[in-house]
Amino acid sequence: MADLPQQAFREEAYELLAELETALLELEECPDDMEVVGQIFRAMHTIKGSGAMFGFNDISSFTHEVETVYDLVRNGQVHVNKALVEISLQARDHIQNLLDACCNGAEADLATGTELIAKLQQFMPPPEPQLQADTQLQADTPPKTVATTESHELKTYRIMFKPHPHILQNGTKISALLEELADLGTCRSIAQMTRLPSFEELDPELCYVSWNVLLTSTCDEDAIRDVFIFVEDDADLNIHLIDTGEEGEEEGQRLGDILIGRGEVTQNDIDRVLAKSKRIGEMLVDAGLVDQDQIEAALQEQTVIREIQEQRRSKKAEKMPVSSSLRVPAERLDELVNLVGEMVTVQSRLSQVAALRHDADLYSIAEEVERLTEELRDSTLNIRMLPIGSTFSKFKRLVRDIASNLCKEVDFVTAGAETELDKTVIEQLNDPLVHIMRNCMDHGIEMPDVREAQGKPRLGTVFLGAEHAGDSVIIEIRDDGKGLSTAKLREKALAKGIINAEDSLNERECYQLIFAPGFSTVEQVSGLSGRGVGMDVVKRAIAALRGSIELHSTEGAGTTVRMQIPLTLAIIESLRVTIAGASFIIPLTAVEECVELTYADIEEAHGRHLAKVRGSLVPYIPLRKAFGVSGAAPPVQQIVITRTGGRRLGFVVDHVIGEHQTVIKPLGPLYKNLRTISGGTILGDGSIALILDLAQLMHQADTLEKQVEIEHE
Amino acid sequence: MAVEDQSSGNQYLTFSLDSEMFALPVSQVREILEFTHMTRIPQTPAYMRGVINLRDKVVPVIDMRAKFGLEVVTETVDTCIIIVQVLIDAEALLVGALVDSVQEVLELNQEQIEPPPRMGVQLNTEFLRGMARVDEGFALLLDIDKVFSCNEIAMIRQSQT
Repeated sequence: MADLPQQAFREEAYELLAELETALLELEECPDDMEVVGQIFRAMHTIKGSGAMFGFNDISSFTHEVETVYDLVRNGQVHVNKALVEISLQARDHIQNLLDACCNGAEADLATGTELIAKLQQFMPPPEPQLQADTQLQADTPPKTVATTESHELKTYRIMFKPHPHILQNGTKISALLEELADLGTCRSIAQMTRLPSFEELDPELCYVSWNVLLTSTCDEDAIRDVFIFVEDDADLNIHLIDTGEEGEEEGQRLGDILIGRGEVTQNDIDRVLAKSKRIGEMLVDAGLVDQDQIEAALQEQTVIREIQEQRRSKKAEKMPVSSSLRVPAERLDELVNLVGEMVTVQSRLSQVAALRHDADLYSIAEEVERLTEELRDSTLNIRMLPIGSTFSKFKRLVRDIASNLCKEVDFVTAGAETELDKTVIEQLNDPLVHIMRNCMDHGIEMPDVREAQGKPRLGTVFLGAEHAGDSVIIEIRDDGKGLSTAKLREKALAKGIINAEDSLNERECYQLIFAPGFSTVEQVSGLSGRGVGMDVVKRAIAALRGSIELHSTEGAGTTVRMQIPLTLAIIESLRVTIAGASFIIPLTAVEECVELTYADIEEAHGRHLAKVRGSLVPYIPLRKAFGVSGAAPPVQQIVITRTGGRRLGFVVDHVIGEHQTVIKPLGPLYKNLRTISGGTILGDGSIALILDLAQLMHQADTLEKQVEIEHE
Repeated sequence: MAVEDQSSGNQYLTFSLDSEMFALPVSQVREILEFTHMTRIPQTPAYMRGVINLRDKVVPVIDMRAKFGLEVVTETVDTCIIIVQVLIDAEALLVGALVDSVQEVLELNQEQIEPPPRMGVQLNTEFLRGMARVDEGFALLLDIDKVFSCNEIAMIRQSQT
């Protein structure tokens, strides 16, 4: 932790690199977009500047070379083409490598850098002697040139220009001078006529007027003096900087304000007194110390300054929301979430105790704590929510690289980048998404010629979208490639021994075969996909996130992979139930209702596991049987009716206890093969309840039923 | 574990199962608990007795008798849970071992440890690191990481359904 500024630099640099990547990819699409070029230039410039400041000299000097090229692009001397973007992307990667190397203390790979610089220099314009000297100069001092154009603040000057009376005699045009001044910035001038004599004494060839000019501009004093350079000897010139543009020191308080502040008078008192008196300007004029013109000029100056300060304040106010975000290490957030998790556990214990005590005071406190804990939990979990878009931009690069690698033409479309998900979920989604995207590109999208022959556009499309659906997020990846053939899938599954020849599968089941372990449809293993990790790994990763994944395809038209992922992993709302004294947890989002199941109901159904719920029949799974619990069930059991994977399904339990805030604790690798229980939670009394994985229970029941059917035949 | 630390490296905790004495390196033992209520997890093999709440952590407990194919008996006052730290798939993990009783901590020199016997032991010699002569009898040195290795557990689970 000794290197705090360096750490900050690294974090910032990684962010800038991500920005740079996005911008470069954008540039590839519209090479003429100067705004994007500016963005790229700025990102590089910042990396270079702060790199040098924190002693990352390799990074700084390499970035400098790249930046130089983009400076030329910005000036229109170099044109953007695909090759330049390609090399720039490589250069970006190189910067990242340098950064990684610095972080790990590894030796930086300077050879690649030299090679890339050589390639970049080919883009420089042909060497004209003068131009080269020029760029050289620019190259040596770029931070300065940029600084003068970018970081300058608006300043306000008071220019008192008092020409000598004979100034007009040598042909000076004062109006031209004032116009030139006006070109420098916002300009207000007031003519001072005090020297104007009476009409009889007036000499038309003499100048009696002087000017007070208020100029707000980014230029410095020398630039203003330059305007008057030829008349300096014929006039008195006074230039004062009256507003520096920097956040001004707080104005000295007025006497009235101070008195109000000390509580000695009120605003009303002041107003009453002030109404009687004249304004200071009027008093001065009355006293003959100044004349009306001078007062006018001074008042004008006051207004201008006020306006400028006002503007700046409002601008600052606009900026406020941007700068009010904090950068917090992720571990601290995780720690906070853990603490809140423990808090939720303790709170539920408190509520349990309070319910037993029949103490109204205690009960109301417990209720209050419950409400606060809930709010605390929600806002804490909210902090960890990140828009999924950050991952999308990474995929843009991935698609681009794979496409050029495979000589395929692919358009990458995204939607719902603003959809928010828990940070850890986003991180864990990365690998599965990469895998699916690779599959889309490798196996889905055909070669451009093949596509054309089939009457499809040469340009294939890969779509990646995210949207909220209740407590979960749906992520969809779609391609318009060749799709999957159910016959081929079947054949393959047969050959691999995943299914038997007599197994009859519907279309949906056929597509799900792709998620079976050891299944891969492409014959040769390519460098991209099919590296021994199949879609089963993807499925397991999604299941680990308590999510589900499904695949649909139309042969010849494309494939769609849909994933449903819960928003957060740490804490869920749930229903606590018991079976033979043991507690189980059912995620509340899936629960629709609870109904009773009596012995009579069971008899009436003739051994079929179907319950009548307001006219419709709902199949159910008796969990006692599924879990091999011995002993007799209570006379009245409960069926928790859920909606799982688009189906209504009941789960029979002994008793329904009530709603419960569940802090999920993993069961650990010893139970990694256990699918029907997705985790545990510690209850208020210190005992452990197990969280049911409804989708897996349903799947298990389906498989069992199928086996029974086969046995019957 | 090639280079043993002198202080605790050759100290072993002995415990009994049925009539056999077993030994575990003390360096892997975290604590010893009295028998407590366990939450049984459905659809797992019988030797996986369940999970306990160890200071807000969910820790699995393995019944060593069942694991080694010995007769399962009801708990006595001596029944203990030894919390050990094991490495499973390169991940450090706390696991409880349910044993008949805990005996003592022994110092064993490398010379006292002999290779595991090929025969005459009721359990899979794969789980043994060696055996040592203690007083009148033998203590079997357990390779506790192997005892709790996932593959083994997965295998049994499949055969059970």
